Amino acid sequence: MKKIVIIGATSAVATETARCFALEGAELFIAGRSQEKLERLADDLRVRGAAVVHTGLFNARDLASHDQLLESAYHTLGEIDAALIAHGDLPDQTECQHSWIGTEQALATNFLSPVAFLTWLANYFEKRGTGNITAISSVAGDRGRQSNYIYGSAKGALSVFLQGLRNRLAPRGVSVTTIKPGFIDTPMTADIKKGPLFASAELVGTRVHKAMKRGDSVVYTPFFWRFIMLIIIHIPEFIFKRLKL
Amino acid sequence: MKRYESWGRYPTIRDQKVLTISSRKAPLPLPDDERSVLPYGLGRSYGDSCVNDNNAIIDTSALSNLIAFDPNTGILRAESGVSLATILKVFVPKGWFLPVTPGTKFVTLGGAVANDIHGKNHHRAGTFGRHVSQFGLIRSSGEHLTCSPTSNSDLFRATIGGLGLTGLVTWVEIKLVSIKSPYLDTRTIKFRNLDEFVEVSRENDPVYDYSVSWVDCTTEGDQLGRGLFMAGNFSERRKSRQPKSLSIPFPCQAPSWLLNSYFMRSFNTLYYNKQLSRTVDALTHYEPFFYPLDAILDWNRMYGKRGFFQYQFVVPFDEKGETIKEIFRRITRSKRASFLAVLKTFGDIESPGIMSFPRKGITLALDFPNDGAPTLALMKELDTIVLQAGGSIYPAKDARMSHEAFLASHPRLAEFEPHIDPRFSSSFWRRVRN
Repeated sequence: MKKIVIIGATSAVATETARCFALEGAELFIAGRSQEKLERLADDLRVRGAAVVHTGLFNARDLASHDQLLESAYHTLGEIDAALIAHGDLPDQTECQHSWIGTEQALATNFLSPVAFLTWLANYFEKRGTGNITAISSVAGDRGRQSNYIYGSAKGALSVFLQGLRNRLAPRGVSVTTIKPGFIDTPMTADIKKGPLFASAELVGTRVHKAMKRGDSVVYTPFFWRFIMLIIIHIPEFIFKRLKL
Repeated sequence: MKRYESWGRYPTIRDQKVLTISSRKAPLPLPDDERSVLPYGLGRSYGDSCVNDNNAIIDTSALSNLIAFDPNTGILRAESGVSLATILKVFVPKGWFLPVTPGTKFVTLGGAVANDIHGKNHHRAGTFGRHVSQFGLIRSSGEHLTCSPTSNSDLFRATIGGLGLTGLVTWVEIKLVSIKSPYLDTRTIKFRNLDEFVEVSRENDPVYDYSVSWVDCTTEGDQLGRGLFMAGNFSERRKSRQPKSLSIPFPCQAPSWLLNSYFMRSFNTLYYNKQLSRTVDALTHYEPFFYPLDAILDWNRMYGKRGFFQYQFVVPFDEKGETIKEIFRRITRSKRASFLAVLKTFGDIESPGIMSFPRKGITLALDFPNDGAPTLALMKELDTIVLQAGGSIYPAKDARMSHEAFLASHPRLAEFEPHIDPRFSSSFWRRVRN
């Protein structure tokens, strides 16, 4: 894999994935919402060994601009071998419960925006054959919990979308990878009290890189979340609805 | 999960606010109240110099970007939260190595500057600070300064070895050294006692860029201070196959009865006899040569929940090595020493740092499991011998030296103190200055 597009590249996890690709001498197109952060990361990736690094700005709320961003990525790189969709935002659950406006924004950032990117990428890779599309979903999307179901429903919808896409593109030799991280110690979770289940962004980002190269389907990271979620999904609803989760 | 404690896990932290800084251009984060701050990197300092109990620390892990590299000169500029491990991962395959490295690669650039770390090549290359050309520093006044030997030179010299008290280092520029292979041509020589060590060291230090000795602190008499002298030079031979690196996390806190004196003595005897002939030559990869303990992540847990002390000092050479022999006798008699005793001769290359620890002489570093009062008493006894001989004790490894011992170890303190940032402090600093 030589030519990689990373959307939401300045997020802690995607930054680590980008660094893994840079070490291999990849050509990268990285997109984010802050030019300053992108420039800083681009320098870092060049020093680490990336052959070329291009940057692109985007706003996740401006869905109409997404096609254009990928078009320009495609034209600068010449072709795309793999793409990672990594942007997201943790909404304030209580605020969303009081007003649907917050929910609408959360769905736009965490679901509709990734879908806009994925739609373009799906059509590109379907025509091209071979390659990998990866998006970062979350274990929060596996079952709705009272403390986090707005974010969870956006990520759950994204997981289902990716599942369908994987089914559609498999015959063309294109892999679609769903990453389901557990808790990660990142700026997005800065205000949450950290327990022993929190993993570093470096560990998760390195796993994403490996998944993209292998074309994995669904990846829980760290791995033990697969077992935790297996239990959570199978708790009968009449019990689950009474739990404080 | 990240624990903001020191590597020796002593003393225990009760209340410490954690602040973060998101970019090297960001303003310095400060608590709303009067509490002081201290930069925190990877927490590899052993004692309390990297913690700030009842106050605040600034986690620098987000300062993780490399900024620029010039392949013609080897000059690398990187943010202060970048670890030496990252630099090795990126640059060893390109034929570059750190100018100076300590016995662990899990330290940040900022920490390397603040402690003016030294390594196996001190006799040839001096301390880390000698290879720093400039760095960025934020002060609580809001200034973003660039410090080098020519600009803000006072702060440059105060910050190198300045224990993080002069402000927050945001980026560092160092000069890497070029290597032809990630392997070293190494030689391990057995010495039967300290006299032999001095001889072996004098003979081999001029020939080898890197040298260090492991010593047995459990034997007496004519075997006092027996050990293995390990030296190496980066090889000119290329070898492409990289050994698979394997790190094993230390699974849990070990029970404290495990590390008793019988266990230590058996371990040391086995280790000393791991080679039968006096001299063994080998081609060794840099990882096991420089970082033998990094293969066991969280090895500090071996010492159980009471933690441990590390003791490192330097004393000037005297003709017969009487000072160092006296110290060895005390340690052996106490039966408290552990498996990790490391001996090295420092060279006379001076550091730019005012507070820098290394100076010409012989240095010994060893672990003591924390057995409370008797352990503290032993170290106090050792302090007296070290300081009487005109030696010095290393702050990065200390959790208990007295105010007087600190003063005696740092003759240039008065020159340093005016450069301390008024909002910066540490548990260590309050302890040794009050």
